[in-house]
Amino acid sequence: MSAAVLQEDFINRLREHFDVLSAYVLAQLNAGEELTINVAAEESLFVRFNSNRVRQNTDVEQIGISLRLQSNRRTVEKSRSLGGNMDADRLALMHLLAQCRDEVAVLPLDPNQVPIENNGTSSEEFRGALLAAQDVVAAVVAPAAGCDLAGLYASGIVIRGNCNSKGQRHWFATETFFLDYSIYKGPQAAKGCYAGARWSAVEWASNLARTRTLLALLAKPQQDVKPGAYRTYLAPRAFSDLLGMLGWGALSASAWKQGRSPFKKLAENEARLSPLLSIDENFALGLTPRFNDLGEVSATRLPLIEKGELKTLLVSSRTAKEYGLMANGASEGEGPRAMDVRAGTLAEQDVLQALGTGLYLSNLHYLNWSDPVSARVTGMTRYACFWVEEGEIVGPIRDLRWDESLYSALGSKLMALTSHAEIDPAVDTYYRRALGGSRTPGALIDDFSFTL
Amino acid sequence: MPDTVIPHEQALHHALQFSDWAAIRYSSETATHRAVRNDKPESNESSLEEGAMCEVLVDGHFGYAATADLSLSGLQRAFDRAITTTRATSQHKVHSFTPGQRPRTTGVYRSARRRDLDALSVVEITDCLMAASRAMSLSDRLVNRSARAMLVQTQIDYFSSNGSETRQSFDMLDITLAATAAEGLESQTRSWSRTGQFGSEAFDRAAFRENAERVAREALDLLAADNCPSGHMDLVLMPDQMMLQIHESIGHPLELDRILGDERNYAGWSFVKQEDFGRLQYGSSLMNVAFDPGRAHELASYDFDDGGNRATREMLIENGVLRRGLGSLESQVRSGLPGVANFRSASWNRAPIDRMANINLEPGTSSLDELIAQVEHGVLMRTNRSWSIDDYRNKFQFGCEHGQLIENGVLGKLVRNPNYRGVTVDFWNRLAGVGSAAETHGTSFCGKGEPSQIIRVGHASPPCLFRDVDVFGGQS
Ligand SMILES: [Zn+2]
Repeated sequence: MSAAVLQEDFINRLREHFDVLSAYVLAQLNAGEELTINVAAEESLFVRFNSNRVRQNTDVEQIGISLRLQSNRRTVEKSRSLGGNMDADRLALMHLLAQCRDEVAVLPLDPNQVPIENNGTSSEEFRGALLAAQDVVAAVVAPAAGCDLAGLYASGIVIRGNCNSKGQRHWFATETFFLDYSIYKGPQAAKGCYAGARWSAVEWASNLARTRTLLALLAKPQQDVKPGAYRTYLAPRAFSDLLGMLGWGALSASAWKQGRSPFKKLAENEARLSPLLSIDENFALGLTPRFNDLGEVSATRLPLIEKGELKTLLVSSRTAKEYGLMANGASEGEGPRAMDVRAGTLAEQDVLQALGTGLYLSNLHYLNWSDPVSARVTGMTRYACFWVEEGEIVGPIRDLRWDESLYSALGSKLMALTSHAEIDPAVDTYYRRALGGSRTPGALIDDFSFTL
Repeated sequence: MPDTVIPHEQALHHALQFSDWAAIRYSSETATHRAVRNDKPESNESSLEEGAMCEVLVDGHFGYAATADLSLSGLQRAFDRAITTTRATSQHKVHSFTPGQRPRTTGVYRSARRRDLDALSVVEITDCLMAASRAMSLSDRLVNRSARAMLVQTQIDYFSSNGSETRQSFDMLDITLAATAAEGLESQTRSWSRTGQFGSEAFDRAAFRENAERVAREALDLLAADNCPSGHMDLVLMPDQMMLQIHESIGHPLELDRILGDERNYAGWSFVKQEDFGRLQYGSSLMNVAFDPGRAHELASYDFDDGGNRATREMLIENGVLRRGLGSLESQVRSGLPGVANFRSASWNRAPIDRMANINLEPGTSSLDELIAQVEHGVLMRTNRSWSIDDYRNKFQFGCEHGQLIENGVLGKLVRNPNYRGVTVDFWNRLAGVGSAAETHGTSFCGKGEPSQIIRVGHASPPCLFRDVDVFGGQS
């Protein structure tokens, strides 16, 4: 049997398994009980590389299912892993439902409960053409011969399903891979990522060649840059790292209402960002399902920031219920799932000239709020970062710590966005392979503050 | 020993037909999260993660396949997948390993507890959380009053083809109370947490109420406080910030897999080099740091790591000198350096890697008052709120919830948004006083690895004094 047939099997097998199991559990509900069921499953291969060799390889097949029972104005949610055998899984789910009922009987009233509704039906399946497990390593390492390459190859099927007792039903399955990697020359490194649904030896070779070009630039003499404020270019991946902070409370309506949002001033019209900046949730990027854990379907395009003004925060229906707001299909965490930053006008070939003298940063590292009320963020530079003088790359820098308010960096200090934007696919693998990602241009920022 | 729940003997027998060595790590973890916010239930969720990691050694390479199908045929299929992939990848392995990296071990571990955690009823837990939320209700300015508890029960059983059989059972608790006070555009959050291996006896109603009232009062006080001043000054860090300082600037840089470069593409490399062991003056002579898996109630205590290696207490840094790294038997054989039993995985679906466990700064001889008395001009900081450090673990910047100025040896007024920054070895060499009374803290959320994993770590430390540190406050 070929690998492709096996892979197709997993989607079809899971779909049927989910259909039968969910129908069975929903049929057990008593009057007054409402239930939402979510499934997240994957069939994944992970291969970790160091020195262009294999450090560890792990095959993972997992199915996680959750039941959210709402009854008598109480809410309880229980989830578990399933083995995939129908009889055993049916028993396991009946046991889970019984546990939910036991708790619902004794929990306090949940005044912010969102009534379960039928938010419709959807089904999307994206088939890919992936390497067979035994062919992965040779395909990765051959073009990288002579490179000190470290990183992770992950591939396989990822599934999300949702249904509820009102007849709602959503299904999303995708078959993808990513190779998130960096290459080294001593302590100097450049980062790349090759991701998609169809592995191509030609694409991998050209992706690696681009990263090698960047690494070669690091051979120039190292520059000693003192802390201070410098005009700074954040390449698309670095700008994506910076904008990732928007998913850490800044755009969340509940964080705002709970006094925890660094964008409180923006939300209350006490501040605005640069008119160059427009950000949407854009599910047309096709990286993640439009439905959330309640099965609510977001608009395909939801403007978040338009020319520097906040159009809306991300509002889950639970937050909407609690604070009397309008929900907009956000997940419970109220972070962007498909952030799309509108490109600007600065052409890629003009970036160094526009930068003049300052810093060119390919990647950022380990960001955190350093003063949330001022939306100030600290972090490090990482990988290929250069000192530039009069439009010419002089040489790589030693890593610098920076500390800058987003009200400045995305506000008065934002000079230009590039006309080219890049997709940064989610490569998170905590608990399970993540879906989603973002698309961002590069950003030219004046007087970016470096502190250490 | 409790009954085996999986047919491990037959499955290992199957695997040995095609591999040189094999093991199964079964794990089952129930985690219950309960949260109350502003006197209303926020969430009541639980999860059960149950499955097995099937591990093989083929042509000198260890490889893995994870399954939640615990039937014999399920385990056999997982072993078949592991063997097929590992045979192919072994041609490009980083190192040729032997069963010597998987010593034969047997034994049973049970985390210290008087009553099991599941002896607590839903009602008891909810009442405690609700009482804490209400106890924080001191003012309308307290816009967010949150009480959360995570109760975790874990069973890990490990069986190998060379006769290892270990069974470990853990009850763990993670409680957090947090109050946010807001007025106008300003807001301040104060929190308290208790994290460790405990049974239900640790669910102490009085502690919930007292700490709830305290954090609420302190959040209101912070709202009215001045910003922390900026400048070079002495710094006293309390144990609930020392925990983070130890974690980021000792624990991670000493991980041997980082030093060997495995982690370069994700969390990063390390400034520590292989030749630094036995030589590097990491900190002042007051600095003594231990890997201590045997400390009762600390979050990451255990008897065996996930490679079946028996865990023992080891000194990592003695009198400021770097002695030993945090590396498993695999990293030890690759590097030729001494290590510890820290080959750990997040769950059944992840392969073990080098992790921190309990990393503790050994107590000194000073009382807290004696540490403060040595400061002419400085600040005392409590409770981490912000953390960032570079990928070599050199340049860090940390922020705390709560600061208090020290002038002429006396603790003075409250300041908000206290932060400090430094470079690891320079900073630890500024260590000028170590308290005598250690507190134990921990976190369930240390992230690392490809694929990524979160792991539980414990850090016990007394308060410590550092000289002439770069301190600063917020903008608002
Ligand atoms: Zn960590």
